[in-house]
Amino acid sequence: MNGSVRMAGTADQIFVLVKQWLMGYVPGALQPLASAVLSVVPVLLVFPLLFAITTVLERKGLGRIQNRYGPNRAGFFGILQPMADGIKSLTKEDIIPRSADHLVHLLAPLLLVVASFLVYAVLPIGRNMVIANLNAGVLFFFAIGSMVELAVFMAGWSSRSKYSLLGAMRAIAQMISYEMPLVLSAVVVIMAAGSLSTVTIVTMQATYTGIWPHWYVFTPWGLMGFVLFMIAATAESNRSPFDLPEGESEIIAGYYIEYSGFKFALFFLGEYLGMFATSAMAITLFLGGWAAPFSFLTWIPSYIWFFVKLLALIMAFIWVRGTLPRLRMDQLMNFAWKFMLPMSLVNILCAGVWHFMAAGFVRWVVVAVLVAGTCYLLSQRLKRGKRVAVRTYRFAS
Amino acid sequence: MLGEGILKGLTETARNFFGSYVDDERLTTVQYPEERLEQIEATRDFPFLVYDGEDWEKGMRCVSCQICEKECPPKCISIEKSKDKKPDATGKAQFYPAKFDIDISVCMSCQICVEVCPFDAIKMDVVYELSTEDRFGGLLLNKEQLSKSNEYYNKIHPTEAGAVDAALAAEREKARQAAAAKAAEAKPAATAVVGAAAVERDGTK
Repeated sequence: MNGSVRMAGTADQIFVLVKQWLMGYVPGALQPLASAVLSVVPVLLVFPLLFAITTVLERKGLGRIQNRYGPNRAGFFGILQPMADGIKSLTKEDIIPRSADHLVHLLAPLLLVVASFLVYAVLPIGRNMVIANLNAGVLFFFAIGSMVELAVFMAGWSSRSKYSLLGAMRAIAQMISYEMPLVLSAVVVIMAAGSLSTVTIVTMQATYTGIWPHWYVFTPWGLMGFVLFMIAATAESNRSPFDLPEGESEIIAGYYIEYSGFKFALFFLGEYLGMFATSAMAITLFLGGWAAPFSFLTWIPSYIWFFVKLLALIMAFIWVRGTLPRLRMDQLMNFAWKFMLPMSLVNILCAGVWHFMAAGFVRWVVVAVLVAGTCYLLSQRLKRGKRVAVRTYRFAS
Repeated sequence: MLGEGILKGLTETARNFFGSYVDDERLTTVQYPEERLEQIEATRDFPFLVYDGEDWEKGMRCVSCQICEKECPPKCISIEKSKDKKPDATGKAQFYPAKFDIDISVCMSCQICVEVCPFDAIKMDVVYELSTEDRFGGLLLNKEQLSKSNEYYNKIHPTEAGAVDAALAAEREKARQAAAAKAAEAKPAATAVVGAAAVERDGTK
């Protein structure tokens, strides 16, 4: 028994131990640099690989949702599809519009990818596995995350195309509107944990009562916060049903219409990396980060739990994409300002009530009623003033 | 309640997702190069020239009247009339196409050439894997490439070809009887029967 626990501990810390062992061979002067490289390179390898896997999973999943096969030609069951796509995008001609701002046009995809990668610095992938344990980690995450907006607008503006600009304007309007509920729904966790450090937030959730974990999602305000966070994350990463900035069927890929070849692939990569990062943040804030869901499952290495949760959230994203049609711009804005924002503010209030009430059943009921009641009232308000009628087409009839 | 429709939709897509693994009936995709759908009888894409018998050059029904060339809306047919004549299916001496080209990259498969042809010489084909690396020459089909036997025509469009064959047989029978009647009428000059009669009839028509 004791041996197996020690084994599990070693398996859990294997990457940390390997890094320490490698650092033993590095001269003192180079230690900081080597440490940074050894921490960053795995992230730069693993997450693009996850991106490659996700693209094929997404296409297969969407296919199955629509009763199709999905890609099944390249390799065994189509698993080599991302490689074929990569080679294709590398060999394609890189077209830059003649009247485009060449420098900004080039910088936009790079900035997007760099910004998307930067946020991984504060995400704890496993126990003791975080690149930088900043004491303002969550703040850093949201600050860098909003650089994506800049990249999107650079792309839209520098392309000098009306579709690009329309897409970029939509993207800016959408991202700024949803940035607020995104941050506000994360505030409840910061209130509960009393820390902005992602590592502390996860450590606080990695304790158990009996077999049950102390994840923040298992509280009324935590559940509401998680739902709000995920909705806002979907909008932030421009995914269906909030994919108006791209809108293939109306503004033909929006802000990246003038991109081709590998720059287009970079946009794709940046977008998926952003999605993974916000999912990872949702896991860190609400789903206990690398913590196991039950106390008797802690022998499974922490990083495996992290990636299992991440994959589950990615699946959820794909599922939602396969289900919901694109919203209209006014629906999108109404939802952000009339539902998401007040709901996340009330949620903060609920978290405060929870904090100041004595632990027990009463606290549960009071906060749950507060959250559910507000949600119900706001949704009724959202529905009000909507005329639901059979549409008549004046000129057609 | 807010989100009710979303949950309904999510269950529907989940049912599709898992159902497609359980029930093959759901997957309507045809895995093309391995499996193919059977073509319906009225399938058509590009025209071809019908010939009777074994030799495509000798049995070609086309008499180079050039009606199809004139009627073709996108002007994808190019015909050059021959200088000499050769006997056609009914034994009558006719012109034949010295050159007959169809540019199938221009052809729009309207079938007008088939409808205007008085000799049932041009018909619609059903082949569809015609991709080529040469976008100009590869899609410009000449007389030899266009010629396909009557048996082939019977195979791809059995009903239509049967009707055409019956009509043609009736016409040939009529021609044969007319020739016989003429031969009987001009009994004294019976020595040079068939050839002369044919030439004479050709002149009168």
